[in-house]
This record gives sequence, C-alpha cells and structure tokens, in this order.
Amino acid sequence: MTIVREPRRLLASEKNMADTDRKVHLKILRQDTPASRPYWDEFEVDYSPGMNVISCLMAIQRNPVNRKGERVRPVVWECNCLEEVCGACSMVINGTPRQACSCLVDKVTQPIELRPLSKFPVLRDLMVDRQAMFDAFKKVKAWVEIDGTHDLGPGPQMPQHEQEKLYPLTRCMVCGCCMEACPQYDSLRKPFIGPATLNQAQRFNVDRTGKMTKEERLRAVMEKGGIQDCGNAQNCVRVCPKEIPITDSIAELGRETTKLLLKDIFG
Amino acid sequence: MAKPNFIVVGGGLAGLMTTIKIAEAGYSVDLISLMPVRRSHSVCAQGGINGAVNIRGENDSPDIHFFDTVKGGDFLADQPLAKGMCYAAPGIIYLLDRMGVAFNRTPEGNLDFRRFGGTLYHRTAFAGATTGQQMLYALDEQVRRFEAAGLVRKFEHHDFLAPVLDERRTCRGIVALDLWEMKVVTFRGDAVVMATGGPGGIYRQSTNSVLNTGSAAAAAYMAGARYANPEFIQVHPTAIPGEDKLRLMSESARGEGGRVWVPRNKGDNRPPREIPEEDRWYFLEEKYPRFKNLVPRDIASREIYDVCVNKGLGVGGGLMVYLDLTHIPAETLDRKLGGILEIYEKFRGDDPRKEPMRIFPAVHYSMGGLWVGYDADDQGMPIVGSPANQATNIRGLYAAGEVDHQYHGANRLGANSLLSCIYGGMLAGPAVISYSTDLDELASELPSTLFEQEERRWTERFEQIGRMDGTENAYEIHYELGRWMVENVTIVRDNAKLRETENKILELRERWHRLNVLDTQMWANQAVAFANQLWNMLELARLITVAAEARNESRGAHYKPEFPERDDENWLKTTIAEYSPDGPKLSYEPVDTSLIRPVARKYD
Repeated sequence: MTIVREPRRLLASEKNMADTDRKVHLKILRQDTPASRPYWDEFEVDYSPGMNVISCLMAIQRNPVNRKGERVRPVVWECNCLEEVCGACSMVINGTPRQACSCLVDKVTQPIELRPLSKFPVLRDLMVDRQAMFDAFKKVKAWVEIDGTHDLGPGPQMPQHEQEKLYPLTRCMVCGCCMEACPQYDSLRKPFIGPATLNQAQRFNVDRTGKMTKEERLRAVMEKGGIQDCGNAQNCVRVCPKEIPITDSIAELGRETTKLLLKDIFG
Repeated sequence: MAKPNFIVVGGGLAGLMTTIKIAEAGYSVDLISLMPVRRSHSVCAQGGINGAVNIRGENDSPDIHFFDTVKGGDFLADQPLAKGMCYAAPGIIYLLDRMGVAFNRTPEGNLDFRRFGGTLYHRTAFAGATTGQQMLYALDEQVRRFEAAGLVRKFEHHDFLAPVLDERRTCRGIVALDLWEMKVVTFRGDAVVMATGGPGGIYRQSTNSVLNTGSAAAAAYMAGARYANPEFIQVHPTAIPGEDKLRLMSESARGEGGRVWVPRNKGDNRPPREIPEEDRWYFLEEKYPRFKNLVPRDIASREIYDVCVNKGLGVGGGLMVYLDLTHIPAETLDRKLGGILEIYEKFRGDDPRKEPMRIFPAVHYSMGGLWVGYDADDQGMPIVGSPANQATNIRGLYAAGEVDHQYHGANRLGANSLLSCIYGGMLAGPAVISYSTDLDELASELPSTLFEQEERRWTERFEQIGRMDGTENAYEIHYELGRWMVENVTIVRDNAKLRETENKILELRERWHRLNVLDTQMWANQAVAFANQLWNMLELARLITVAAEARNESRGAHYKPEFPERDDENWLKTTIAEYSPDGPKLSYEPVDTSLIRPVARKYD
C-alpha cells in the first residue's frame, strides 16, 4: 500500500522540473543567540514538485550541510500547522513578511532569502519572540466578558450580514506580518501597539456582547502607543495572509475614539 | 491554609477549557505549552462541532446523537461518557456563541447547522470552514482574561518530560524542559491535567501539526499511566497532497454536497471536467444509498482504498479520487467553505470551484489514548465534579482531549472531536478541584527533595543526549519511522507486516542510541529536545503496532482482511497497555454497553 508517495501524475510542465539533480538554493540569515551577531548561511536541497519553504528547512534538518560542504547546526525556526492557520512560521522571505508554509518554492525567485522578523527579539536563527503581541491584546481587553461557562441557554440571535462582517476580523492568527510591515511598529523600540492589536480591539467592539465594554477598549487604544501612532501607511492590510480588512478596523476605531473624545470635552 | 494549584499541560481546546473551569472556580493554574497556546493544533479543525439543537425541525435529539456516536465508534466507546457529551453538546455550542465565536447564521439569525459524516441530521454548527480556529481563539481570549486577573500563569516554550510522583505514586507536579534556556525545571501542582493532543507525528505526512508527536502521552505511559485502545488510528478519507504534510480537506465539503468519484474505466486519463457523467463512478453514493458521501471516515477510507488499490481505478493509477464541488454555486461555497477552498488553492494552485479536487486518505486522529475513568449516575450520566472523571490510573494525573481514549471507540465521527475536547475539559476542571480537597498535604508544602531528584535525573538525561556524537540523524530516523507506520499501520493491516514493523521500530531504537546530536549549543536547541521526543515516539509507535497485531478482528478504523468481521464475542473490549522496558503489556477490559446494545453497523 502506498499512501506515502504522491501518486499524482506529473503534469508535462512539472516533468522537466522533477529532474533529480534540480536543487533549491536558500540564503538564510542566522543568529546563534539573542545577543550574538547575525550571519548568512547558504544551503542547497533537492527539489521536488509542490514543495514549500518548510520542506526545504526540514531537508536541512535531515542533512545539515551548507553550500560550502560544512557540517553546520540545523536551522532553528518555528512552525506548527503548516496550513497557514497557526501563525507560527512567519519570516521575511525575499523581503516580504509571510508564512513559510504557504510559500511554494515554484512561486518565488532563487536564491530564496530567509530572514527573521525584525520587529521582535530574535531568539535564534528564524525564531523570534512575539510575546509583545499577546501582551498588547491584554491591554485592549480583547475578549468578551461572559458571566461564566455554565449553561445559560442560547445566546442572542445575529443577522447573517453581521456575522459576515464579524467573521473576517476574527481570523487573526497573531503571525506578526502586519506588525513587521508597519513602519510605525517596533516592539523593541516604540510603544505603538500595532495594527494587529487595533484590529483585535475592533473585532470585539463589533461583537454583540463585546460591544457592551466598547468604551474600555476605546480608552485603551487612546493611551500612549495607541491609535494616534498609526501613520496610515496601509502596509498592514497588504501583507495580511488572512486578508483581514485591518485598515477598515483602524478607520472605524479612529471615528469611535474621536466621538468619545468629543463626548469627553462637551459631555 | 494555602490553596491548591493546578497544572494543565497543553493549550488546545481541552487544555484551555480545563484551565477556564479551574480559574473560574478561583484556583490558580500553571499552563504549560510547547508554543503560544493560540497556535495549538485545534486551529486546524475545520468543519464544525456537533450538537443536536434540531434547528431544522428534523426531530434530532441528544439521544440520536448519542446513538450515532456509539454506532460510529463500532460500539467501543464508553457509553456514559458519550451520552454525557451528547447531552452537553447544545449547551457547549451556546457557550461558544456567547464567547464570540462567529458561527454561521440562518436567515432568522439562529445558529446554522450542516450535515457531517455518520448521521442523517443537520447537527454541525460551523464558523465558515475555520471552526476550530474560531473556537480556540475564543477560549484563548477567555484564558487571557484570567491571565490578566493573575489566576493563570503561562509557560509557553516548555516541553513536558514526566510527571513527578511521590513515594505513594501520587502525582505532585511535572518535570519540563525550558526550550529556550534548555534547562530542566519542575513545577509543583496538586493535580496535573494532560491535554497534549494526538500522536499523528508518528506517521509520515499526517494531517496533524508538527508538534503533535504524542511524546507527552508516551512519557506519561512510560511513567506508569495506562494507555487504552492505541490501535485505533483514524485515516481521514480526504486530504490534499503535499510534500511536508497532507493538509486536511474537511468532511464539510461533503456535508455541503461534495461528491466523491473516479473514472469508471481504468486508465481514463482525460481531465476530470471532460469525463462525462456516464463515465464517472460515484462509488460511495452507489454503495451507500442512505448515507452516500457521508459514511463515517473509516468506511470512506476503506472504500477509496478498495476502488484505487484493489480495483485499480484511482486517479492516475494511484490512491487518489476526485472530490467534486463544481456543481455547487461559488457564492455558497465561499460563504460556507471559504477557509478550506483557500487552503486548496494556495497549496495546489487549482480553483476547487471550477476543478474537482484531487484528494486521498491521510492519518488524522487517534481514538485511543491515556486511559481515564468516570463516575456515572443510575441514568448512565457522568456526575460532573466527581474526582474519578478524566482521571488516569495515577492518582492526581488526569487527561482530556485527543490524548484521552474513551469518547469515540473504534472510530470518531466528524465534528465530534471539538466537542469531546471541550466536554473533557469541562469534566476535568471540576474533577481536579474536588480531588484536591481530599489531599492531606499540598504540593507546595512538600520538601524540595522530590523535585530536586527529578530535576537531577532529567538534567543528566539531557547532558547525555547533548554528548551523543554517533552517526545517526534523529530527523532521518523519524522520517523512516513515519514511512513504515503509514505503510503498515493504517487502513489495511496484516499481522506479518505488523510484526515486521515492530522489528523495524526495534531497529530504529537501536539506531537512536547511535544518534549525533547535531547541535551542541545550549540555547534554543531544537535538536536536543527532538532527540528526546523521538524516543517517546518510538515507544508509542511500538505500542500502536503491537496492539494492532493483537486485535484479530475488524472494528471501526482497525481492519484486517484476515479477520474481516467484527467479533463481539471475543473482542468487544478495551485494549489496556502498560509500559515495561521489554515492550507493552496488553490486557483487556469489558466495555460498558448498558445503554445501547451493539447492533450490526450498517450505512447502506
């Protein structure tokens, strides 16, 4: 029985590419510890049709020899689901922040250049610490204040169009791509809570129950490092792998915070 | 007096629900996870969660859901627990809705439900095709609320190594490896809940996430926890081909009307859209006129195997069939299945709205896992708050989620896993709280010697691994293990091949001792952590293989052509495995069938 191998017939266009001697060339910015200097390392791995950047990194684990033929330590990176829903494998690939799992080798130019996200502390090689994002979610109280987990029967009804508006905002996987692309965000040097956090605040402000504590969230995004630090570059929405309308979220938050400000002044 | 403190290992749905239940009662939790919990494998669940809400007036009820679940599991599930789960299901869906899960709606604004495998009712609530992601986020956000309130402490780059057991073999905490500092650390806890997920990583290219190695469950088993029904591994009929993994194509695609077919004639290599209706064989619809494409997963996978391997009709001659959505309006597909169509498009490059998808079976779920008990009333309903619920045989050690064994029997129905994870957590939380009230001494009051001893033992183990300078590569051994397991311990099982596989695993264990550690730097060293996990995976692989060899019948996901029938007389019983260094010791326990008597399992 063979479910190991991909039994799919190769398409004519793929046959040429399936040459056993075809290689994928990777150039990886590595760093041994948070304090040490980064350096470049290059690798070549065997090509196979449909492969993604993750399969290249896995091939390096099985044979950690670089292009110069030196035995090196396997490259360190984070990944989990491999289907672009967990948000773990973000890195900067050929200059663009994105998920390594959904980056197919056939669709990018070589050498494929991999760098760690630059707006977060580098732990090792391509692995960074994105705790700042989770901490910011706490600041804006990104949750629904439910009364408890006991059975209270059905929740309120919701029109389809409201669900359809809410759903896209809920898909943020905290991958950090929008933060990387944002010229204003830098968890290492600046207080700005960033586009992902603003979207998360808006996500709960449009939620049926979440909107009951909307004002608390609005006040949180009006603090130092809040919405006023957004420079409206709109890079966030362009790189979001989940195509979340982040800039719409930010615009709506902007209107709501202005209203609140006016209310504070004029009562 | 000090208050008890609890440890939850794993931050998927089961672990987070357990954490919420404990924190809500005012107790503190240390939440241990390999990665930020929002990245746990529960995010991959796509299609939905079952609950007999009867939104369409089909006269669905929790009792019918219960019957479908037990029949789907070929009568091997613990019936009181399955019953409790099905009765709790509507309330669980309402709770998630209140937490903000963006479930799809009917025109009236009610929750919408769709069909799934193994049932004839619309019973599956869904949020697009990313239901697991939505649910995990809702729980993650509630846990963050408790974290902000100081009740939950997260340790999100820690690998569970073993439970800490005192001289009476009561669990008093855990040993873990800090994956950044590479230091062995201990945590004290008055009860420990394992919510560490399934072992899909033992198989090459499963639908599971990379962290699903089963290593933590194996570690608990090696420390004396009993492991039940290991041989029942679900192969999902529909996955998308891929080099690094086989990505799931949700059953909801069939729930929304997707049709499975192959060309009628061997070697018909025309593009699928050029094959006319009369040359297509909708084999599931033909063979199962009542359930059609929505037969349970074990049956669908076996039929696909039969059509492709035995009859040679697979697409392109391989183990591959078409899953066709092209007859459904694109707008409906986008609204109800958007998330999974996007995955297919991104990873395959074709548009499933226009081209039939090429799919094949992949290892997906483990019905078996750590053995846990329960306490039920005279109606057969679990008693919430009993310390026996979700308890392993080690005092103070609990398990919930895919890592436990009892809800799904020999085969799990689609959209029941999200449910069992949440329900397991809802039982485990109250169980550990009531268990802790009977303790004469809290873990925080124990002398430190017990913990220091464990810390030393494991530190030595990792120093030893750190010095390994042989010729073998752990990732390569893992690759070989995965291939052998897929070849021999999946849809069709044969005793001679199972024996060969066990021998292969023993050979891989030998080779493990000749590992080269690859990386000697003592900071964020993934190779060292993986070497240890690999040993645990080899133990678990051996257990699955040995238990599969022992069970000479066919039931649910376990199928042997040599013994093609279910054999209730000899095998209506739960496999129980206990660890020994010479290999697993198997014994069997009767299954409680007091609520539903086993009948023939038919879907035609």
